[in-house]
Amino acid sequence: MSKTKKERPPRQAMPEQPPEERIHNFNEVPLGYDEETARLEASRCLQCKKPQCVLGCPVAVQIPQFIALVAEGKFVEAAQKIKEDNVFPAICGRVCPQETQCEMKCVLGKKDDPVAVGRLERFVADYEREHGEVEAGEVAEPTGKKVAVIGSGPGGLACAADLAKLGHEVTIFELFHEPGGVLRYGIPPFRLPREVLDAEIDYVRNLGVEIRTSFVVGRTATLDELMEEHDAAFIASGAGLPRFLGIPGENLLGVYSANEFLTRVNLMHANEFPTYHTPVYCGDEVIVLGAGNVTMDSARTAKRLGAENVTVVYRRSRAEMPARAEEVHHAEDEGINFELLTTPVEFLGNEDGWLTGARCIRMELGEPDESGRRRPIPIEGSEFELPCDTAIIAIGTSAHPLIKDTTPDLGVNKWGYINADPETGATDKPGVFAGGDIVTGSATVIEAMGAGRRAAAAIHEYLTRQED
Amino acid sequence: MNEIVSREEIAPRTFEYHVRAPEIARRRKAGQFVVLRVDEHGERFPLTIVSSDPDEGTIELIFQAVGVSTEILAEMQVGDEILDLAGPLGKPTHIENFGTCVVMGGGYGMAPVVPIAQALKDAGNTLIGINGARSKENVILEDRLREICERVEVCTDDGTYGHHGFVTEVLAELIETGEQIDFVLAVGPTPMMRAVAELTRPYGINTVVSLNPIMVDGTGMCGGCRVEVGGETKFACVDGPEFDAHLVDFDVLMKRQGMYKRQEAECERVTPVSQKRGKRP
Ligand SMILES: Cc1cc2nc3c(=O)[nH]c(=O)nc-3n(C[C@H](O)[C@H](O)[C@H](O)COP(=O)(O)OP(=O)(O)OC[C@H]3O[C@@H](n4cnc5c(N)ncnc54)[C@H](O)[C@@H]3O)c2cc1C
Ligand SMILES: Cc1cc2nc3c(=O)[nH]c(=O)nc-3n(C[C@H](O)[C@H](O)[C@H](O)COP(=O)(O)OP(=O)(O)OC[C@H]3O[C@@H](n4cnc5c(N)ncnc54)[C@H](O)[C@@H]3O)c2cc1C
Ligand code: SF4
Ligand code: SF4
Ligand code: FES
Repeated sequence: MSKTKKERPPRQAMPEQPPEERIHNFNEVPLGYDEETARLEASRCLQCKKPQCVLGCPVAVQIPQFIALVAEGKFVEAAQKIKEDNVFPAICGRVCPQETQCEMKCVLGKKDDPVAVGRLERFVADYEREHGEVEAGEVAEPTGKKVAVIGSGPGGLACAADLAKLGHEVTIFELFHEPGGVLRYGIPPFRLPREVLDAEIDYVRNLGVEIRTSFVVGRTATLDELMEEHDAAFIASGAGLPRFLGIPGENLLGVYSANEFLTRVNLMHANEFPTYHTPVYCGDEVIVLGAGNVTMDSARTAKRLGAENVTVVYRRSRAEMPARAEEVHHAEDEGINFELLTTPVEFLGNEDGWLTGARCIRMELGEPDESGRRRPIPIEGSEFELPCDTAIIAIGTSAHPLIKDTTPDLGVNKWGYINADPETGATDKPGVFAGGDIVTGSATVIEAMGAGRRAAAAIHEYLTRQED
Repeated sequence: MNEIVSREEIAPRTFEYHVRAPEIARRRKAGQFVVLRVDEHGERFPLTIVSSDPDEGTIELIFQAVGVSTEILAEMQVGDEILDLAGPLGKPTHIENFGTCVVMGGGYGMAPVVPIAQALKDAGNTLIGINGARSKENVILEDRLREICERVEVCTDDGTYGHHGFVTEVLAELIETGEQIDFVLAVGPTPMMRAVAELTRPYGINTVVSLNPIMVDGTGMCGGCRVEVGGETKFACVDGPEFDAHLVDFDVLMKRQGMYKRQEAECERVTPVSQKRGKRP
């Protein structure tokens, strides 16, 4: 199968909605490969004996095997091959930071562009769904064991699916009125269409998993109360607490946390106001603080809400931006501006309390800090005013304290993240496991899923052991 | 789920509902609220849990129809189900035996006052109630307040019932006549709560208000409900909704409450609700 460099086709481009069109809608930006392009892209894979790409994937998807099936045109089989390791390929193919995971390790990447693993993954998963070929997972004989899963983000969903397949009775408890976690309220539909997400959630429900929405663990019932009725629990409550900058003027009207801004639009459909009754305010001059995926999502959402100028303000340089490369690239194409090496020190407002601007200061990069990135240092006397009427703060999140505060014997670290065994997810509390962002801090969808699946295996073992 | 089991209009455009919500009924404490969504297009908004009946598995809500969400809720009938109902949220009220407490409410603010008053009474306090409303027909919960309090003063803005004037005037009179007051709880429109805070501040009377900023999730995840208390930013849904009145920046609260005025008006204009519109207070 191996090809000399000469006859290898180039990495296949992804057709996209043109920027001038897409900034007026919330439809998905990349349109997906067709069969021919997918097979051509698959043909680029060298089918390495020791595939490096697999080492880059947090759940070790059998990448060469599924790509070989794509090359043969066996798309449904390819999707099934991925699902042996990754329950939600249609999601991961779209949102994984492939350039730092599977594709970064691909040997082709050394001299040429790496194989487009993510795009192929998305293609086969979409193919399978669109052709009605998704098989309902097989469910084992009921074990009579009950498991509570807290949170319906990728971690919770993946764990619930595996446990249900093993015959356990699983209930997911979710505080919002719709399941999905960040996939629902954070990641916008132009990156992850709602049909795709809904289909994955239906799949989990069809395995017999019950999803109880509007159930706030710690309030509607405590973890300990849930443990009275369940044999084990998995906590995947995410890192949902918004961080603010702690600078003057942060409570002015027009200053949002990214969580609020995105939740209003993605979960509450504020972009369809007044058909949907939740409003959102988005002015003409929008600044977004930070440089992660959340920043890009907020900036691109603001653009779609009609903002004239959207500017990402980041205190480090481009090289340190943690967002997926594709999102930065898409943001640039959509006309998002970047003010790098800059940070706000104060928000300015008018008499009515509305935001009118941000006083900012320029930064330079010093020595690397604990994160290994060069530390930004303010340049004295470089302050200037950036006029704006909307500011979205997307500088990260921290652990939600609700479950910890209502479960005194649950061990957490100094930042409030739950202490859990990285292999099994086991916490200090017997029968209670945890994984995803509430353990690691904000990470990725695939890592949360991986943690959910490892915990499912450990919970199964725990429940089986209990039996003896 | 969340079925409306009883419905009564207790004052013009003010409604008392009992809603089936056994889990919430079992756990709720004074001072807590629910966040609800009436239908597929609805927003998430908070209402205080006025009382609960754990045996019947119901909670009591009292609300004023002031805008689209509350108007749609007001049009629902017995047997209808509220689409989503999450709770009980917020910190329960800090209750102790203070001694003599004044509990005062303005308008729908009486709804949050009643459960807290009951809890204060159960803790051995002596209670004086001040019940304010715009006009006689808007006075709500008077009987229930009388059951809990040693004495109750009613006042109306237009003088059609009780004292003619604001609740703050009654409180000022109590203070001036040398009444021993150890604790004041005030819930109502923001200007009223601010006035109460200003009134008790010079006397150093421990005063608590229940703030009602705009909320989305109600669980600490959005920061939309942030208020300034003692120079610090707090999230009303998880750090409150009750705060020390003397530390609250009411100016910030009032501005933030008005953030979506224009959109609220637009939404009302285009949403077909309520036969009784225009009659709204
Ligand atoms: C805007 C945005 C964009 C992102 N983009 C990407 C991307 O492109 N690629 C990528 O890999 N990662 C991305 N991430 C990160 C990724 O989404 C997270 O790492 C992942 O979702 C974590 O999954 P989780 O299951 O741990 O938690 P979450 O997805 O956060 O889900 C937790 C769920 O638990 C619920 N919950 C919390 N507390 C309770 C409680 N007490 N009771 C009941 N339910 C509760 C929450 O409501 C939520 O639904 C992004 C994150 C954001 C915010
Ligand atoms: C903790 C808390 C407890 C409350 N308890 C009660 C109660 O027991 N009875 C009662 O009648 N009202 C209560 N409220 C107020 C109630 O939530 C608002 O009246 C309701 O949201 C108005 O929505 P609307 O669409 O009908 O009106 P709109 O036209 O949207 O708004 C009218 C006013 O309500 C406020 N408001 C709008 N949306 C929200 C929102 N999502 N969250 C909070 N406030 C909002 C705005 O400041 C606005 O000025 C409480 C508010 C809070 C924060
Ligand atoms: S799950 Fe993510 S990291 Fe793994 S192969 Fe798929 S796209 Fe790559
Ligand atoms: S490393 Fe690249 S070329 Fe090798 S198997 Fe993986 S995807 Fe194919
Ligand atoms: S309502 Fe979202 S944090 Fe309070």
